[in-house]
Amino acid sequence: MLNLFSPAAKNVSGLFLKAMLKSLPALFRLKGLRYTSFSRRLAEKNISVLISIRDCGIQTAMRFKDGKVSAAKLCEEDADVHFIFNDCATVIKLMSKPGNYLGILNAMKNFRVDVRGPDQEVIWFVQTLKLLSPGDGTIAYGTDLGGGVTRYVNNTNGGPVFVHVKDGRILRITPIQFDESDGASWTIHARGRSFTPPRRGTINPYVFGLRSLIYSKDRLLYPMKRVDFNPDGERNPQNRGKSGYERITWDEALDIVAGEIRRVKKEHGPGAILNSSGSHHTWGNIGYWLSAKTRFMNSIGSSHVVHNPDSWEGWFWGAMHHWGNSVRNGASDTYGTIEDCLKEAEMIVFWSSDPESTSGVYGAFEGTVRRQWAKSLGIKMVHIDPYYNHTAALLGGKWIAPRPDTGNAMALGIAYVWITENLYDREYVAERTTGFEKWQAYILGETDGIPKTPEWQEAETNVPGRVVRSLARQWGSCKTYLSPGGLAGFGGACRCATGIEWARSMVCLMAMQGLGKPGVNVGCLQQGAPVDTHFYFPGYAEGGFSGDLDNTGLRLNMYQRMPQLPSMNPVSQIIPRLRIPEAILGESVEGYPTDPKSIEGQFRKFGYPAPGHSPIHLYYKYGGSHFGTMGDSNRYARAYRSDRLEFVVNQSIWFEGEAKFADILLPACTNFERWDIGETANSGGYSHHQFIQWNHRVITMQHKCIEPLGESRSDYQIFLDLAERLGLGNLFSEAMTELDWCRRLFDGSDLPGRVSWKQFLKKGYYVVPAPAEANRAPVSWRWFAEGRTKDVPELAPLPADYTSQWRKGLQTQSGKLEFESSSLKRFAPDDPERPPLPTYIPSWEGHHTKELYAKYPLNLISPHPRYSFHTMFDGKDSIINDVRDHRLLIDGYYYWIVRMNREDAQRRGIEHNSLVRMFNDRGEVVLAAQLTDRLPPGTVHSAEGSAIYEPLGEPGASPDRGGCINVLTPSRNIITRSHSTPSNTCLVQVEPWRPGGEA
Amino acid sequence: MKKYAFIIDIGKCENCHNCFLSCKDEHCGNNWPGYSTSQPLHGHRWLNIRQKERGVFPLIDIAYLPQPCMHCDDAPCVAAGNGAVQKREDGIVLIDPAKARGRKELLAACPYGAIWWNEEEQVPQKCTLCAHLLDDGWSVPRCVQACPTGALSIFHGDESELRQRVVDEELAILPEAAKLKGQPQCYYKNLYRYSHSFIAGSLAEKVGEIEDCVIGATVRLKKNAEVVAEQESDDFGDFKFDNLPENSGDYQIEIVRDGMVVRELSIDVVQSCSVSTIIL
Repeated sequence: MLNLFSPAAKNVSGLFLKAMLKSLPALFRLKGLRYTSFSRRLAEKNISVLISIRDCGIQTAMRFKDGKVSAAKLCEEDADVHFIFNDCATVIKLMSKPGNYLGILNAMKNFRVDVRGPDQEVIWFVQTLKLLSPGDGTIAYGTDLGGGVTRYVNNTNGGPVFVHVKDGRILRITPIQFDESDGASWTIHARGRSFTPPRRGTINPYVFGLRSLIYSKDRLLYPMKRVDFNPDGERNPQNRGKSGYERITWDEALDIVAGEIRRVKKEHGPGAILNSSGSHHTWGNIGYWLSAKTRFMNSIGSSHVVHNPDSWEGWFWGAMHHWGNSVRNGASDTYGTIEDCLKEAEMIVFWSSDPESTSGVYGAFEGTVRRQWAKSLGIKMVHIDPYYNHTAALLGGKWIAPRPDTGNAMALGIAYVWITENLYDREYVAERTTGFEKWQAYILGETDGIPKTPEWQEAETNVPGRVVRSLARQWGSCKTYLSPGGLAGFGGACRCATGIEWARSMVCLMAMQGLGKPGVNVGCLQQGAPVDTHFYFPGYAEGGFSGDLDNTGLRLNMYQRMPQLPSMNPVSQIIPRLRIPEAILGESVEGYPTDPKSIEGQFRKFGYPAPGHSPIHLYYKYGGSHFGTMGDSNRYARAYRSDRLEFVVNQSIWFEGEAKFADILLPACTNFERWDIGETANSGGYSHHQFIQWNHRVITMQHKCIEPLGESRSDYQIFLDLAERLGLGNLFSEAMTELDWCRRLFDGSDLPGRVSWKQFLKKGYYVVPAPAEANRAPVSWRWFAEGRTKDVPELAPLPADYTSQWRKGLQTQSGKLEFESSSLKRFAPDDPERPPLPTYIPSWEGHHTKELYAKYPLNLISPHPRYSFHTMFDGKDSIINDVRDHRLLIDGYYYWIVRMNREDAQRRGIEHNSLVRMFNDRGEVVLAAQLTDRLPPGTVHSAEGSAIYEPLGEPGASPDRGGCINVLTPSRNIITRSHSTPSNTCLVQVEPWRPGGEA
Repeated sequence: MKKYAFIIDIGKCENCHNCFLSCKDEHCGNNWPGYSTSQPLHGHRWLNIRQKERGVFPLIDIAYLPQPCMHCDDAPCVAAGNGAVQKREDGIVLIDPAKARGRKELLAACPYGAIWWNEEEQVPQKCTLCAHLLDDGWSVPRCVQACPTGALSIFHGDESELRQRVVDEELAILPEAAKLKGQPQCYYKNLYRYSHSFIAGSLAEKVGEIEDCVIGATVRLKKNAEVVAEQESDDFGDFKFDNLPENSGDYQIEIVRDGMVVRELSIDVVQSCSVSTIIL
């Protein structure tokens, strides 16, 4: 093989490179003559470029002036841009293999390639150079439907979509219907019947609201500045949330933001910069907050916000200690469970589980048809939920309505029946579990004198003992699937004061019934479709081009598959998300990390401010969601108005919620106005293989369907614009466009070989064919129930976390299901809030807190909204507001809804569809009341997720008529040794609203 | 000529609103010349979802009834329209936006409240069955395409075939339609879930100190001394007799155990009722 570094090779390649570089100006000119788009591009900049290859002394220069390109003679000081190559060999190597990003990165990291000059010019030159490849640089994408209509493809939280566009305007957004060339569907054979899903993707209702959201009158179309904010004079932080805004130019906005970043770093250090976003974002691996935003924030340095495991809470802080699964935040895997459930199960217990409303987060209505199959097979269904939810309403079956925040008492009552009537799997308990005797003693009342009988639980739950006994007998004598939460361990009851103990008991109940045996498992057909789990495509939590190995799942696959510059945050100060207002106000706070690496990851307490770090002075907020989603959210309004917070910038698509508290507003565009790439329901590390809740794996090229509206820009572009002002543009972008990054991600996935980039770009999606039956993932827990080594396709737990040998047993210390947790015994055996054994600990805000309960006698549950995705699709003048079960139009205003029992309402003089005030010591919200028997007396239901925060007086200290229920929910942790939200623990009172009553 | 008709299964509707919202996605801000002018962003319900909760906590159920334009065969709006409203040969009823301009009185012509007034454009408007799409080769309108549960479907075939399906699948028209004009061409399956009533209850008994559900007891429903239905209480001791006409008067419930009538009660059915737990 030729040694490129030999002197002979150097001479030859030197001559070749010299000639080639000299021909560059001519190549630019020729291309410009052929393509007018290229000649227009050449006219964009007047710059000089110098290229040096040091080891052979080559220096070539060229000048771009008024659209003309000519060779030039330049010294290093005069060149606008200077590319420096260490040696000819590197240049030849990189040239011989285009797209060798690993090679480029290695050369950069070892300074064999370097570049000097303003980022903007460097990026422009690199992009122009790339356009020298054949063609005019335009790309063909989308499907011509005739009549001037083009069909593009995009993706959303609620499913993939076709986007019909005419004359640059979106006409309609529809679900995707598969064609014959798309990947084949699977078939499940169960009980003599065959089930195949429809050849289409479903979408959530809110997705149909997108067009009205994209063209909403509440879109931020221009950069804005708060009228009484002057970075060089009076900042008036006390007026945040009250003052109006004025339009400014992008240059003005970017200069202010970049200037403030620089100033704060200089005055306080980078730790004084706080960045926070919602948990979710517009779909796509490149633009996602875990990708572009993370890379930018790492580039400038900032205090990282630790998200609490908000969807998992009880599972993360509780269940994990009994069955492991730390990588899934304590929830269960669900492989193969759809087939197993349809073939074997006799009953499904939905416990705080409403997949028809919550869609398993990203599952749209994919699970609906599967539950309809189950119903048609005669599988019995039981729904335990204080609300007669939509899953119960659609499928029927027994509805059992416990008082909120008491479910664990019912679980213990069930265990009591199983123990006393011998209705559990003794052999399984003996072989696969530890600590049962202690739990049994507790259940029977041997340790505390209180037998946990169905009658005992009645006083807690208000559910008649006979109903619980009947349920326990059925459950204990037939093969039962338990669906605790909308997925297997998710949402609902795990997010309340008793949620940790409840989730722990759910594991114990399954341990008693032989988890993993045929027909005995967790789930409700929402997840576990037999799609191809061997085909690799990343999910959004795998970090896109973030370069962040610490806070995304990048290192698992994509860092190797899509080499990229690493981005490391120099700031080690971290902030618990639930304590952001206190952190801003300069208080000392503490938290526990959401570290899914191991069971012990959550025990490592941290504090803020971190030693040697500045408290927060600059807040870079992404979107406006916290008022509608975080507990006691008036805290945020108060924090925003503190003078400790010197600067607030909000990068948002819409003018709503917290965006109205910013000093500078940067208008971001939606994912329909930029490029991205992503697979439906693939969230990567947040829920490994989550796409198995879809009936088909749908991977989409997210077309740029229309131009960004107004002056809005993509998040990527905004970060790049700022990065360029801070001299970080090359590092941030690697001189790539968003489309370049999509291509790099495509190349890093398993898509090449199945479909060409050109085909994929044109059609916009790829359906991964269902695998051969022999290649379907095995059923979760089956290996464990049968005492075999682990065979489901997940790389967790870490090899070191197995006790006996790799893939043998669970992640727990014993390797078994533990009734008494060994990790909790090690960590805090005497913690009264979380003893090693799951017990019933009454809620700290419930019917046992007598004084408070007398004042606020109603339990409020605030599940996820059905017609919005958190705050994303609410408000904004969208058509979603017209859904009468979402908001209700009263006297010209769309009010958020509270549902309450008819008797409760009658006693308070409240009429159907009338306005009420719901309040407690934390705040007050004005709502429209819907009266119903879907709730027991004493319980009220109002979803979280209002995008509108509209205080009737002082922000933070007056009733909100926007509907931010979280104004009322507590901000404290579920238990002290956690970082957790108890959003379904909330006592309130409701009264008729009397206008003017706010005074 | 093949005709179109809606066939809607109440048993499969879960109030997701995909139909209502896809209709708005198609029609708000979009003019379809020759068919319709754009629907206002707010206020109109071309596909109106009605709902009905039945019973008393905790023995309840709920039904949703999506109601589009009925595309009546003998449409009162066509009669009132004087040429402004047309019944196409394929059954679709269309309001001509130009001819109907200013004709607010057409709203009152529709017995089903399916016509909406567009204040800005001064035109009456309603569901077009997405005729502009069907004429362009689509097989279903937007609402049917959007429905995830199979509740909404569109019939496209001969009149005789439709009649047969109405009989075979026990399809029915809106409860109020019998008294109203028009011959609606929107048919409902499982309409009783919305239009009729149930009697439900729970059976329990004392076993020593505790109370248990009574499973497998025979429960008879009688009307005028005739047994009209019989079932066994389920695993939770519950029973439910459905599909009783509203305001259908007195019924008797008999609970039978071991061949003996152990309890009798009388119920006047006005609407659905859940009797409180019956302790045997």
